[in-house]
Amino acid sequence: MINLLIHLILLLLMPPLLLGIINKTKALFAGRKGPPVLQVYYDLIKLAQRDVVISDVTTWIFTAAPIITLVGVVMASLLVPLGSFSAPVSFTGDLILFAYLLSIGRFFTTMAALDTGCALEGMGAAREVTFSCLSEPALFFAFLVLAKMSGTLMLGDLLHAPLIAGTQSTAASMVLLAIGLFILLLAENSRIPVDDPNTHLELTMIHEVMVLDHSGPLLGIVLYGAAIKLFLFSAILLHILFPFQTGSAPLDWALFIVEMLFVAVCVGVVESIMARLQMRHVPYLLIAAILFCSFGFVLLVR
Amino acid sequence: MNPLLNALLVVVLVLNLFALGTSRLVTVIKIVSLQGVLLGLMPLLLEEDIAMPVILTSTVTLALKGIVIPVMMLRAMRDVQIKREMEPLIGFLPSMLLGALATGLALLFAKALPLADEHTTQLLVPAALATIFVGFILLTTRAKAITQIMGYLVLENGIYIFGMLLIGVMPMVIELGVLLDLFVAIFVICIMVNHINQAFSSLDTRKLSELKE
Repeated sequence: MINLLIHLILLLLMPPLLLGIINKTKALFAGRKGPPVLQVYYDLIKLAQRDVVISDVTTWIFTAAPIITLVGVVMASLLVPLGSFSAPVSFTGDLILFAYLLSIGRFFTTMAALDTGCALEGMGAAREVTFSCLSEPALFFAFLVLAKMSGTLMLGDLLHAPLIAGTQSTAASMVLLAIGLFILLLAENSRIPVDDPNTHLELTMIHEVMVLDHSGPLLGIVLYGAAIKLFLFSAILLHILFPFQTGSAPLDWALFIVEMLFVAVCVGVVESIMARLQMRHVPYLLIAAILFCSFGFVLLVR
Repeated sequence: MNPLLNALLVVVLVLNLFALGTSRLVTVIKIVSLQGVLLGLMPLLLEEDIAMPVILTSTVTLALKGIVIPVMMLRAMRDVQIKREMEPLIGFLPSMLLGALATGLALLFAKALPLADEHTTQLLVPAALATIFVGFILLTTRAKAITQIMGYLVLENGIYIFGMLLIGVMPMVIELGVLLDLFVAIFVICIMVNHINQAFSSLDTRKLSELKE
């Protein structure tokens, strides 16, 4: 019960902190002081107090999309276990539901972008959908490896497979899986090298360009949903990177939080030392992610 | 057997694919040098009792493959002022997929080989075969002389991984002799690269076949 409560609290309150840590890391690399770590919380509060401006040409989809996306992401994160604790909701085959809860969010975001009738947003939507064609197989290959290891189709048990199997026999495929999932994390959350969250040139953006017309609380919801998605993918990656548990619940939670911040710092470092890829090279990166995850599978069944 | 060894070999395989996928020469050189460092660590993981010869092999490999040769290559690159491989015979994405296919086939092939029992769970043989093949791809499909040297180095890395199978019984002299040969070969090639550049003001090896009376 108490673990469920902590799960929910972390899930709802921690994600903006990760964005803050990433921005702080990037600022330190650039020799700047950077915004405070809690800046994203302030932004969200500020956005919540603003008025909404809605274009005349849009329909209900435009208003509903951010909310549906947020709900989808939150529901998806109820299926994912955090650290060594079990997930709040778990049933056989829920990994399919997980993938498609994320997809429904993506579907409505792209719909809302098309709904505005803005050419640039349409371009962003086209890119988002194109790249997701490649990132989804990578995710499923990763799940396939874990399903093979654990022999179950429940996301909760499946993600704990590295914890149970230990590092001895499967180290090789876990290395591949970790690389693949990290690329996936960067791609799904529109980070450098796939997309630049800070860019202001509409021609080169992916995720940011789709939400150009959203304002006020709706923009806040989009931002918050994106932060939760980052939290979600980091939580999945942590199962592969650090399959450890200490045995006592408070220590495990502390360990989880520290690992989470570590992933955020890693993302910040990657963003600082890499340039954004050319748009036509992004599919190569995603194909590489698919290859890594599928080789993980080959090594496992070999 | 040490589970870390398989993890290292997988990283080597991943680096192979990255080497095939990038057009920047600096990146290829860095990748091959990282591969050299990983190969240098392998003898330490393979042997249970770490004796003097093992440490020596490891350090010499680390120093040569990880530091000396890459530095020489970077110098050669700076002298001839080339940054990118422009027109490979097979594109970067296709060659990456080809490399991935080769790795998959190497895994299947190694399974069919009658190996000693202690080698069946390790990835040494498939990793060696895949690395050799990736070296071949780099060597044959790239036009610039520097990338071809990198292909040669990757090829040699593959042979080195194969040699790891015999590290217990092979005299260290042979191992060091091979490394010395490699060093000399790279040295000579670097000088040649400079001469090719001076004579043709380009490093495109296809121009060499245009020599006619």
